[in-house]
Amino acid sequence: MKKSVILGVATIAGLAAGAAAAGTADDVKARGKLNCGVASGVPGFASPDANGEWQGFDVAVCRAVAAAVLDDPTAVEFIPTTGKTRFTALASGEIDMLARNTTWTFSRDVDLKFEFVGINYYDGQGFMVPKALGVSSAKELDGATVCIQTGTTTELNLADFFRINNMSYEPVPIETNAEAQQQYLAGACDVYTTDASGLAATRATFENAGDHVILPEIISKEPLGPLVRHGDHEWGDVVRWTLNALIAAEELGVTSANIDEMSSGATDNPEVNRLLGTEGTLGEMLGLDANWAQRAIKVGGNYGEVFAKNIGEETPIGLARGLNAQWTDGGLLYAPPFR
Amino acid sequence: MTTLTDPPKEHFRLSMLLYDTRYRSATIQVIAMIGFMLLAAWIINNTIQNLETLGRTVGFDFFAEPASYDINQRLLEYDSRDTHLRAALIGLLNTLVVAVLGCITATIIGVMVGVLRLSNNWLVARIMTVYVEMFRNVPVLLWIVFAMAILIESLPAPRAFRGENPEATMDLFGTVAVTNRGVYVPEFLFSRGLGDIHLFGTSSLRFDVSLDLIAFLIVMGGSIFAMRKVSAWANATQEKTGDRPTIWHIQLGLFFVPSAILLGALGFHLGFPELKGFNFTGGTHLRNSLIALWLALSLYTAAFIAEIVRAGILAISKGQTEAASALGLRPGRTMRLVVLPQALRVIIPPMISNYLNLTKNSSLAIAVGYMDITGTLGGITMNQTGRELECVLLLMLVYLAISLSISAVMNWYNNRVKLVER
Amino acid sequence: MSDVSFVRTEMLPEKEPPASEVGILGWIRHNLFSSWLNAILTLAALYLIYYALSNILSWTFESVWNANSLSECREIMMATWGDTHGHACWGVIKDRWLQLLYGFYPPYPAHPDATWSNPPETGGWPAYFRPNLTFILLLVSIAPVLFTKAPRKLLFVTAAYPFLLPWLMWGGSIWGPLMVAAGFAIGYFVYKLALPAAGSLTALILAIVLPILWWLFASGPVAVAIDSVIPIGIEPVQSRDFGGFMLAILLGVVAIGVSLPIGIVLALGRQSDLMIVKYLCVGFIEFIRGVPLITLLFVASLLLNLFLPPGTNFDIILRVMIMMTLFSAAYMAEVIRGGLAALPRGQYEGADSLGLNYWQAQRLIIMPQALKISIPGIVSTFIGIFKDTTLVSIIGLFDVIGLTNGIRADTAWNGVYWELFAFIGVLFFVVCFSMSRYSMYLERKLQTGHR
Repeated sequence: MKKSVILGVATIAGLAAGAAAAGTADDVKARGKLNCGVASGVPGFASPDANGEWQGFDVAVCRAVAAAVLDDPTAVEFIPTTGKTRFTALASGEIDMLARNTTWTFSRDVDLKFEFVGINYYDGQGFMVPKALGVSSAKELDGATVCIQTGTTTELNLADFFRINNMSYEPVPIETNAEAQQQYLAGACDVYTTDASGLAATRATFENAGDHVILPEIISKEPLGPLVRHGDHEWGDVVRWTLNALIAAEELGVTSANIDEMSSGATDNPEVNRLLGTEGTLGEMLGLDANWAQRAIKVGGNYGEVFAKNIGEETPIGLARGLNAQWTDGGLLYAPPFR
Repeated sequence: MTTLTDPPKEHFRLSMLLYDTRYRSATIQVIAMIGFMLLAAWIINNTIQNLETLGRTVGFDFFAEPASYDINQRLLEYDSRDTHLRAALIGLLNTLVVAVLGCITATIIGVMVGVLRLSNNWLVARIMTVYVEMFRNVPVLLWIVFAMAILIESLPAPRAFRGENPEATMDLFGTVAVTNRGVYVPEFLFSRGLGDIHLFGTSSLRFDVSLDLIAFLIVMGGSIFAMRKVSAWANATQEKTGDRPTIWHIQLGLFFVPSAILLGALGFHLGFPELKGFNFTGGTHLRNSLIALWLALSLYTAAFIAEIVRAGILAISKGQTEAASALGLRPGRTMRLVVLPQALRVIIPPMISNYLNLTKNSSLAIAVGYMDITGTLGGITMNQTGRELECVLLLMLVYLAISLSISAVMNWYNNRVKLVER
Repeated sequence: MSDVSFVRTEMLPEKEPPASEVGILGWIRHNLFSSWLNAILTLAALYLIYYALSNILSWTFESVWNANSLSECREIMMATWGDTHGHACWGVIKDRWLQLLYGFYPPYPAHPDATWSNPPETGGWPAYFRPNLTFILLLVSIAPVLFTKAPRKLLFVTAAYPFLLPWLMWGGSIWGPLMVAAGFAIGYFVYKLALPAAGSLTALILAIVLPILWWLFASGPVAVAIDSVIPIGIEPVQSRDFGGFMLAILLGVVAIGVSLPIGIVLALGRQSDLMIVKYLCVGFIEFIRGVPLITLLFVASLLLNLFLPPGTNFDIILRVMIMMTLFSAAYMAEVIRGGLAALPRGQYEGADSLGLNYWQAQRLIIMPQALKISIPGIVSTFIGIFKDTTLVSIIGLFDVIGLTNGIRADTAWNGVYWELFAFIGVLFFVVCFSMSRYSMYLERKLQTGHR
């Protein structure tokens, strides 16, 4: 109580210590809260429910990091960001990490000076059209009106795609997914383009989902992942290996159901032991305790469980694993070894 | 020998800076100036330090990079390989277009509503009151979003025009297509046109001037000049002889014949929109985003203008109206010839600030995806290049320049109208 | 012969006016069908009303309230009317109305896990006690300013309100706001003590400098120190939990409240004879009025951190409050300048003839009158600022419009549109309309009072 009261005083003064000098990890521990930037509303990835609790796939990454660092998955302040404000919020230290389906690109990494710590979702830009249009390939879209969500790399990819294929189109830029969906359904555009995950999620909520098809072409690579500021490698490592722990847990068969059993004593698999902290000192090297990965995995389970719970085929979003399957299943997920 | 001594000189003491009213104002001003400069220096210094920590530099080099995004509604030609500077220019023109269109329609609607609110038809006056209160008391952002949604939901999609028995048909004898993607109107085409002049080569500021338009304007100007000459001649004749020669047919001929000849020579025809592929092609396409923004801004601002007009009319003393009816003027003419011209002087100053508001509110174009300067320079360009400082400051400068010019022009007009007053 | 008199000896009884001139019929004739043009206008207006109402009313009232998702709504619509169009799905409002009103503000701040539907077992305060109390106190504290009949004693609430509002909304220790308030007391006492000893000017300078030093260096540590001895406080709430309609009201109230003194200073500066001061004020006012609010919000969200010393980090709501305050200060300055200009010259001359100096004249003669004249203008500035708070959704804050995005990102309500915006529109209309009515009433009252 006392500590929080003092915190209240600091809030009134409006000044919270910046993250400039001390490491972000120490700041987060001192603050007792993780400030995590998320999207202000993307179905399945981040959205607040009726009680103001944030839900979603990106949100789960934030919670896992909070659990690993602070031993409390609820010790997260979710800060909604827009396409415009997300990078400033991160650069200025307002947020400690950004998990807002952000595409890893060269200029964001190098020029804007951020560090992408990994990829939590392999996406790509696709097209959705009404079945009645009779279009089966994106190459047939010459002259079409295309709804795009702005503020992302989407409009650049689209311009390039039509340019390369020597086709003309009419772009209709739209700020949010919800508005884009409305325009598309009313026929104000022929095609809706955004990341394939977004298309599937949007389509799933249509009154007549069967009347719309997602075209086979994926016109861009959109590796989406959490990012932190350049230069703070300790913190970058924490976020990176928390994400990797979730991925590796799936590969190693550690689930929220069997994790208590597996971590109660050493198992036969040394890597599982290292991951769960029953062997070795990986946690110490990160500046955390031995059980950090256990806690991260316990929040919502391993990567596969998080996926299935938020955007998987059982949910209204209904995404297949596809590229996001483990490398052993033909996907691209490949966590570096824990040793 | 006595020496003359100077009268005791008033020594300047430091405290006089504070207590002597002669110096005090100077002291205060110097302190204010120093304070202001310190503040500015502090902010600039902070910015430099912060930019250094972030490892950023300030510069406008990014303006020369290709923008890589497309803009649908544009006045000048533009494609995704053009520079960010050109994208910003296109955005600026779009801002100006919607601001000018909005100001004109807002004035027309506003004056009509303001007059109708004073109508003696009870029902009409009430409906106008409801309109004014509804629009004034709900945020303009909501109205913009509503306008867009209504256009999208209520108008037919282009595919409704297709087939044997289409659900929708084109209006005005098949020349105008009203769809939920926008309105397609016929465009002016010249089969033997004179071509364009290309100004500024291939730079980002390049634009084309149509020679056809210039020729047309010259001929039109000539016609009007000749018409004025003819009417001056008629006046002179009337004064000399008392009989006014019939000139309306000459006037009509002067007005239409030369431009008709020119248009014929240039091979003028209208290009009608027609449904091809996914969309209508041909004709001029006014996008929904423009129409929605235009509509919402006009209706919103018109509600305020209506109130100003009403107050202006009520400010004219009743004697003026009574004198006008004593002269036998009908109510409509009384309003047009007596009341409105006088009310104008009361109306114009608040009108200026409403025009300014409309222009500034046009920055909400982002809500409907109309690519104005906030959407290009302050939107996609800023997102893609990450140059927030440069983009936002430039954006503010642009709006400031627009606002200051509007108030300069309107103040000039206001002063001119004022001079007439006695 | 009988007396044949042609003179009527008694008055004829007054005749009823023709039926077409009085009563409802006459009224209709005069007000609706006085000429052909009016008749046509009336019929057109009647059709318009019928058309609008027939659509809106059926949509509004043939609607679904009890549904937990849009698809459920659609099922119910299909079952009841056999059609999903032309019926509102108010279930979304039923599900999310608290969020639309209060954002993520915890209903019971002392019990973080409790929610509206799941109140804490220990009882605790009524849900949303703090924002509601803040709002009620707001009404109480402006009552003496707005209504002359309100008891004068309420002015104490008005004076305390600037410190109560942040404490109630953000929570935390009572000592923080108290120490800030102490700064004003320090200024006052320093002035009183120094006045006989050092003269008015020195006293004034001391009374300005000492409180500033106190706020900058001493108030924080002292508050913390006292708090460690006598901890009195309520559970703090992060400002990022603020949202919904509450955020609009809070932003509007803070912007207007704080900008009032700034606006007065700017207006006086603009009218002053001191050239540099005048141009600084004019420059500030014209700059702020010349740019759209959205660019100022961009500054708040993107640039303000750059302008402040490295390492400072304000939370976004405070940054937005700062920019909104500057924004409304410029407009406020113009409103007050209007009030100053409307004062008859005789008031200034009268003050001069009494031998009052500049500040005395302003404080005792000019400002009380000028501010009174400006109240309608201030109210309409408030309405404008209040409506403009919706723009914060563009920079990602969860005000009502921002929340619609969040709500529609929930898979249950993806695709809902008109219901949310209609609800928001009605909210704004009710608040703004009543305020504008009040300001009109005030305008009428002041006009007769002044002339």
